[in-house]
Amino acid sequence: MFDALAYETSHEMGFGRALHPLRCGFDLVLGAGQVFPEVNFTLPIMRVDKGNLPEILEQYKEMVSNVLQRLAILQVPGAVIEFEHTPQMTEQVDMGAEITAQIKKLMESYYQRYGLKTALRTTICDIRETERPPKMRTGDVVQRVFESFRMNANNGTDLLSVESTGGKEVNDRALMEASLPGLLLALGVLAPRDMHFLWSQIYNIAQEVKVIAAGDSACAFANTAMILADQRYIPNVVAAVVRAMSAVRSLVAFEEGAVGPSKDCAYEGPVIKAITGYPISMEGKSAACAHFSHLGNIAMAVTDLWSNESVQNVKLLSGFAPEVFTEILAYDCRLMNEALLAGDEQALKKWLVVSDETKSVHALIISPEASHRIARAIVSEKTDFARTRCAGMVACGIIRSAIRENRLSLSEREVAYLNRLEDEFEKYSDAETVLETALPDYEDLFLLSEYGL
Amino acid sequence: MASYSELQQCVISGDKTRVKELTQAFLDNGKLPKEILDEGLIPGMAVVGKKFEACEFFIPEMLLSARALNAGLDLLKPLLEASDVKPIAKVLIGTVQGDIHDIGKNLVSAMLRGGGFEVIDAGVGVSPDQFVELAKETGVDIVGLSALLTTTMTAMKDTVQAFESDGSRNKIKIMIGGAPVTTKYAEEIGADGYARNASAAVEMAKKLIGAR
Repeated sequence: MFDALAYETSHEMGFGRALHPLRCGFDLVLGAGQVFPEVNFTLPIMRVDKGNLPEILEQYKEMVSNVLQRLAILQVPGAVIEFEHTPQMTEQVDMGAEITAQIKKLMESYYQRYGLKTALRTTICDIRETERPPKMRTGDVVQRVFESFRMNANNGTDLLSVESTGGKEVNDRALMEASLPGLLLALGVLAPRDMHFLWSQIYNIAQEVKVIAAGDSACAFANTAMILADQRYIPNVVAAVVRAMSAVRSLVAFEEGAVGPSKDCAYEGPVIKAITGYPISMEGKSAACAHFSHLGNIAMAVTDLWSNESVQNVKLLSGFAPEVFTEILAYDCRLMNEALLAGDEQALKKWLVVSDETKSVHALIISPEASHRIARAIVSEKTDFARTRCAGMVACGIIRSAIRENRLSLSEREVAYLNRLEDEFEKYSDAETVLETALPDYEDLFLLSEYGL
Repeated sequence: MASYSELQQCVISGDKTRVKELTQAFLDNGKLPKEILDEGLIPGMAVVGKKFEACEFFIPEMLLSARALNAGLDLLKPLLEASDVKPIAKVLIGTVQGDIHDIGKNLVSAMLRGGGFEVIDAGVGVSPDQFVELAKETGVDIVGLSALLTTTMTAMKDTVQAFESDGSRNKIKIMIGGAPVTTKYAEEIGADGYARNASAAVEMAKKLIGAR
């Protein structure tokens, strides 16, 4: 368990530099003074099953070739290619692994021909939630997930990742009810327990096959909350506090041996970097193709990879969408890298932060300063539950200060929820109280034994 | 004796206990179940719906109101069924085959229930045949299909076709939704409607029923 920070101040954190740089793939070194694009893409509307595997492979060949070509033309020094499984690609283990092999072969050919330094991240789909209540530890599905990790690693994956979902079944309901006991049960009890189970196994597989256990994302928790808040279904303050709380479950991957880069959609990345010093991946304005966010610039502030999250392979005027977004990422990275070369990175970082920080509570909570404060609170506690609660309380404090200092404007309705969260954090101070309070409302959703309880 | 206005207010504020007490009191005083529903519970929930539309309520407040409404409905239901009073319509909803995302579907379910619909939730990864079977078993008026992935949208088309092949397509209305789904796609696959979010889904469901 991390009990100290990698960076003593948020000022020390920056983009393109990590305390522990990571060598991966074809000679790519992350966090060693440059920011690289992480390009992700997805299939257009089409069926995904073994019956049309040739067509699927053709789509991936086209997407990856186009992306690599544009990277080479723009003289991008390196990139991570992310292949994110659809559920079928993890379920039908051979299918996902075959696509991985094809992508890696293309990357190798560009490395040999143009010296293009790349690494392949494969993100396995957490299909354990297919069943209700989900079988997180037992049964065929979880075995298929691990088999998929192993086969994809054997077929050329450099970086193993997953957007895991342990506790999501409770978190979903708790979000809709804005229930703090429910959120604490999901994020402080269930999710970390599942992360320990899952990532200890992923780490073992990575060691066995000699690839890198990269990192996870709280996408299923905190991004779900952010999107619900954007649609005005739940309060923004709840979503922002959930973001801070969810960093604890994502950190568990690193406690179990992951070394980065964390996933692009893990906006909790700056907290992870502050604690671990490992490289992170982030996404912002260049991921507007995949989803709306308030984090367009600020997400770049301390990142090591800059991603577009996901884009469909559809034709735009200048080419297919994946290569178009590759170009956008390339120019963003070129800007950051030139700032690094000139020693002006703190100036650029400042403007990336200032331009977004007080425009929304979501941006406020992921600023380097706020992330560093949340990180400090996390390492000051000894259990996953206490860390989750403490992260949430500090997030409330950050929001409260910003309101008091007139740096952030929130509606009365939002402030009422902030008041409520602050009161309830005081009330639910230990895991036992939370279990006692929340279990009756949520026990229909999950099996205690599947979380080792 | 309490007024229907008070009952409405208790639904709006999500006071489950008081809604139950008032509903029972009205029944004890000889009020007809349908009158309690039409004059107290439904108008209260209609205000909640309007407040939600006007961004004065979040989902958590709406859910509290829906629970309060249900506390009253639980008392009225057996009596309403005995007098053959039915919900606005029955909706079968599920995430299509190959897809495991369900928060959108759950939101739509909650909103539909709040809007007076009876909702049967088929879960996630529901195959076309399962949709057809469940629709038959439950006698629903509307089938709602949800998908988050471009690669699972095709299962929506398969589901519409499964109803066609079964010969039961004309007995139900089909509405679809999810991040990559569009009105155009709904038209292409022969669905009756598309809703871009949970609130719009309730409006679409009402429109589809009205159109029948």
